Formats: sequence, structure tokens, C-alpha cells
Amino acid sequence: MDAQLAAQVVVLASFYSLVGTGYVLVYRASRVLNFANGELMMLAAYFFFSLAVLGQRLLPLTVLMALVLAAVLAAVIYLATVRPMTGYPVFSVVLMTVGLAIVLRGIAELVWRAQARYPLEALHLPNRPLTLPAGVTITAVEAAEVGAAIAFIGGILAFLRLAGIGVQMRAAADHPVLASQRGINIHLAFALSWGLAAVAAGIAGLAFAANVRLEPNIAEQGLRALAVPLAGGLTSIPGTVIAALIVAASENLAVRYADPLLAGVVPYFVILAFIVLRPWGLLGEKEELERV
Amino acid sequence: MAAGSGYLYTSYTRALAVLDTTFKKQCLSALATAVILFPLVGSNYQVHLVNLSFIAVIGALSQNLLIGYAGQVSLGFAGLFAAGGFTAALMVKELGFSAFLPVLAAASAVGVLLGVLIGLPALRVKGLYLAISTLALHAVIIYGVSEYQHRLGGSAGIVMPKPSFGPIVINSDREWYYLLGALATLVTLACINLTRSRVGRAWQAIRDRDIVAAACGIPLLRYKSLAFVVSSGLAAMAGAVDAYHAGFVSAEKYSFLLTVQYLAMVVVGGLGSILGSVLGAFVITLLPFIIDFIVHAFPTPERLLISVLQLQRIAFGVVIVCMFLLEPRGLVALWERVKTFFQLWPFKFVVARVR
Repeated sequence: MDAQLAAQVVVLASFYSLVGTGYVLVYRASRVLNFANGELMMLAAYFFFSLAVLGQRLLPLTVLMALVLAAVLAAVIYLATVRPMTGYPVFSVVLMTVGLAIVLRGIAELVWRAQARYPLEALHLPNRPLTLPAGVTITAVEAAEVGAAIAFIGGILAFLRLAGIGVQMRAAADHPVLASQRGINIHLAFALSWGLAAVAAGIAGLAFAANVRLEPNIAEQGLRALAVPLAGGLTSIPGTVIAALIVAASENLAVRYADPLLAGVVPYFVILAFIVLRPWGLLGEKEELERV
Repeated sequence: MAAGSGYLYTSYTRALAVLDTTFKKQCLSALATAVILFPLVGSNYQVHLVNLSFIAVIGALSQNLLIGYAGQVSLGFAGLFAAGGFTAALMVKELGFSAFLPVLAAASAVGVLLGVLIGLPALRVKGLYLAISTLALHAVIIYGVSEYQHRLGGSAGIVMPKPSFGPIVINSDREWYYLLGALATLVTLACINLTRSRVGRAWQAIRDRDIVAAACGIPLLRYKSLAFVVSSGLAAMAGAVDAYHAGFVSAEKYSFLLTVQYLAMVVVGGLGSILGSVLGAFVITLLPFIIDFIVHAFPTPERLLISVLQLQRIAFGVVIVCMFLLEPRGLVALWERVKTFFQLWPFKFVVARVR
């Protein structure tokens, strides 16, 4: 039974760390908390669903196409709305992303309606339960989600350290002015960050839609995951992963031992605890914190 | 105040007056007459819409005092609004109060207490982290009220009575109009004077540069807390008024979208401007109805007709995004431009721009 709980924690944590990585990538690039992250996650899942309905049958190709579409959308959003706002107060840009979130949600409701969809059924694929050792049962999609989270986050960390453009992205995030002086196309780097963020959130969205259901409201799951990067320190992907485990564990424990209604509040309690004790998060950069 | 044209003040009293020119006085009295006579002309529906806007004015002003004047970013509005609404509901349901004013006072008092609590993180962190901690407190308050609603059994919500002052009971939209209009005017006047006073100036100094403000002898701790207290008290009062006006309190209503709506009013109107908040409150409240009107006035495809709600939402988002991209200083900046144009007319250019 306890092994089952641990498995649930890992599954939830991989969801949270994927969405959280989306927030971190955007925050590092534009110093903006992207409130439209949940909507990007939801839209990636809808792209997946539509491709499936339109007759795409090959699962890996469908997933890839949906993620690429989401990445392109995010890059376009960056270039069309966030880039012109360079130099405005951060607060304005953050509120602008809230506006974006409303627009994207409205468009999703307009195009796909508010009813719940089931993308796996559209693909005629089953979601089999898998039995792991120690009597743990998780669904195939959940297993794939954990695998994808490990692969993607590992991949992106390696990409940022090793690949040329990855190093350029880090340079642009650390000091945009110096980076552009050295000939780095910072807007390309930032657009790429937004695109990768949409891919991270999109994987989580696809998994959620395939495992549970798909409706415009699943964007709120993304908003709830906001606690994770904050606890992890907003600029650090490893910190986000650790924080995801902490938040997922406390959420599962609260639901099991206290009150199911608590599920939505626990992440916020974790944030409050962090703001009081360690406002820069687990592995965040200490010096950039705005403290009184 | 006036740029370019020769306004000459002959006494300090004149310079300090809110209505410093005769033209302003005339405009305001015309506006006041229009506001008072409006219910005699407008339909019930139109009066109802203006009523909603009056409530929004109170809420938007509370947010503008905090965000626009004191510079403390908060995302906790819906929580405070909910606290006000549920305090009113509790007073009526559990304690059996029916008089309007004591309930309003109690709701404001709860708001003030919560303001002290929400202001606590502001003494330690600022900017983004403050915004997030207020969001966390919003989640906690909403959890509390939905837990209470859950306990009551009937998860639909709590029905509110009609507000009463002794023997007088407010029934129709027109009676509501005068009550809410008076309340909104009072709050607006209070805010205008508050922002002109010592407190308001201290807030603006803190907003512009907190370290310099502290060096000038402004006690940061006291004035930041005061900003949260005043704003939360007003927000909770608006929540209570709204609960009475809707006749119904339910936890589902107080979502994060409500916070966004009020933030949009403040920002679309113009941060740090009372006039801006009033304009923003009216525009954002009426926007969905205007879109509804447009959709029905022109021949629209059937598919769009059934999704008016989605269109409203998209238009709301587009207005916010466009406002940020095109005029980040808000509607009030547009108004200033028009005003400057006419003050300078027939000349075109401002030589020295004085606000």
C-alpha cells in the first residue's frame, strides 16, 4: 500500500516537474512568470486530440507534431506580445500573460467546446494498467509520463550545458545585454526558451489528457503547479524537480490522512512556508531576490 | 495641473481644491445631474448594469490604492471579496442580523483583520514573491469558505436578504442605484482625499522608491501595513455589498478570474489614478454586455451566436493584452492626451509637460 502511495507521488511529481520546467524556462528567459503556461499545456493536448481526430494514426508522430505545434505557438506568442513589452515593468508583462491566458482559454472553448474529450479513444488505443513489483499498479500513460519527464528534463539539462545554442540560451538569460554584445541573437534564444517551455508543459498536458480527460479547464492544473517552481527557486530546473517531489508528497499525504478538499491548498501552504523560511527557494539564486 | 495654458491661482485654497477651475465644477455638476436623472430615463436592465459598475468601482479603488498608489502587488482580491461576502452571509444566517450598515461594518472589520495578515509577507518580501504569497492567502481563504459551505450541506450557496435600514427596505434596481451610487461616490471622494493627504503621499513615495522613502522618515512598516489594511477593508466591504446585491453567496464565484478582472480594471484604467479606476471599473464591467450587444446587433453566423460567452472572454483578454501593448499607462493617459490637446488648442506642441 505504501509502495502504491510512493508510485502516486512519483507520477504526480513528474507532472509537476514538467509543468514547473515550463515556468522556469520562461522565467529564466524573460524574467516573467508566465500565467499562460497552463493554457499552453492545455492547447498542446488539444493539438494532439485534433491530429488524432483528423486521421493521424501513428502515436509517436502525433505526439511529436502536437508538441512542435505548441512550441511554435509559444514562440509566436513571445515574438508578438512579450518582446514588444521589453522595458516595461515586470508586473505589466505578468498581467499581460494573464490576459493571454484568458484569450487562449476562450479560443480553446470556442474551437473545441467545453465538453470533456478522450484523445486515446480517438486513437483507438487502450490505457492498460501495469503491475509493477511490490504490488504497485499504474496506468501505461502514467508510466510513459514518468519516463518522458526523466528523459525530457535530463535532455534539457544536457542541452543547456553542452549544445552551442543551449549555452547561448543560458548566456542570454544571465545577462541579455552582454550576450547580445557578443553576437548572440537573444530574441531567438528567448523564443526558443518559450518553445521548449511549451514542449515541457505540453508533455504534461498530453499525459494528463490521455490519462484523465481533456477539457479547457485542465489549464487550472497548470496554475496549481505554479507552487512547484516557486518552492524550487524559479531559476533552477533541478530545484523544481526536488520541489515537485515535496509538493506531490505533501499533497498525497494530505489527501490520504486529512481532507480531500485540501488537495488544492497544500501547494500554497508549501509556498507560504518557503516564503517565510527560504524565500529564494530550494536552489534559487539568492542575490536576485527582491527582499525588504 | 494644466499644461501650457495660463491658469492662475490667486490663493492656496484655490490651488489645493479638488475642483480648481470653474469649468471642472460645471462639468462635474452636469455629470452629477446626469447620474441622478439616469434611472428616470434608462431601462431596468441599464440601471442594473450601472449598479454592477458601481460595485466594481469600490473594488477597483481598493486595488488601486494598494497597487497603484502604495505599489504593493497583490493577487488576493478575490479572497478578500469572498471574506466580505461570507462575513455578510454569516452575520445574516448565523447571527440573525438584518440591518445593512452593521453587516457592512462587520465585513469591513474582517477585511481589516485579514489585511493585517496579508500585509505580513509584505514586510519581508516584495514584487513577485509578495504577489505569490497573497495568491496563497487567497487559496487559503477560498478553502476556508468552501469548507464552510460544504459543512452547511447545501453546496449551492447562501441566500441573502434584501438590505434594510430600519423600516426602509431596498427592493428595486432603482433603489439599489441610489444606494450604490451614494456608496461609490463616498468611497471615491474618500480615496481622492486619502491620496492627497499625508498617507497617500507616503504611499506614493514608497511606491516610487522605498529606500528613499524610509530615508525621508516615512515608517515603511506602518504605511505598508496601512495600505493593506485600508485596501482589504474596502475590498471586503465591496464583497459584502456585492453579496447583498446578488442576493446570493457561493464559494465558486470567487475564482482567480475575479482577481484578474479587478486587476484589469485598475490597469486598463490607469495605475495610480482614481479617475482611471472609475473608468476601468465601468469599461471592464460593461465590456461583456457591449460585446453581447454587438454580436446581436449585426448579422452573425449561428456558430458564433451560441458561443457569446467565449467571445466575451476572448474580447476581454484581447482588450487587456492590447491595452498593455499600446497604452500601458491606461485609459486615463488617453484622456490626458485629449485634454492637453484642447488646452493647447490651436497650438499643437507642449513646451514643458507638467503631468
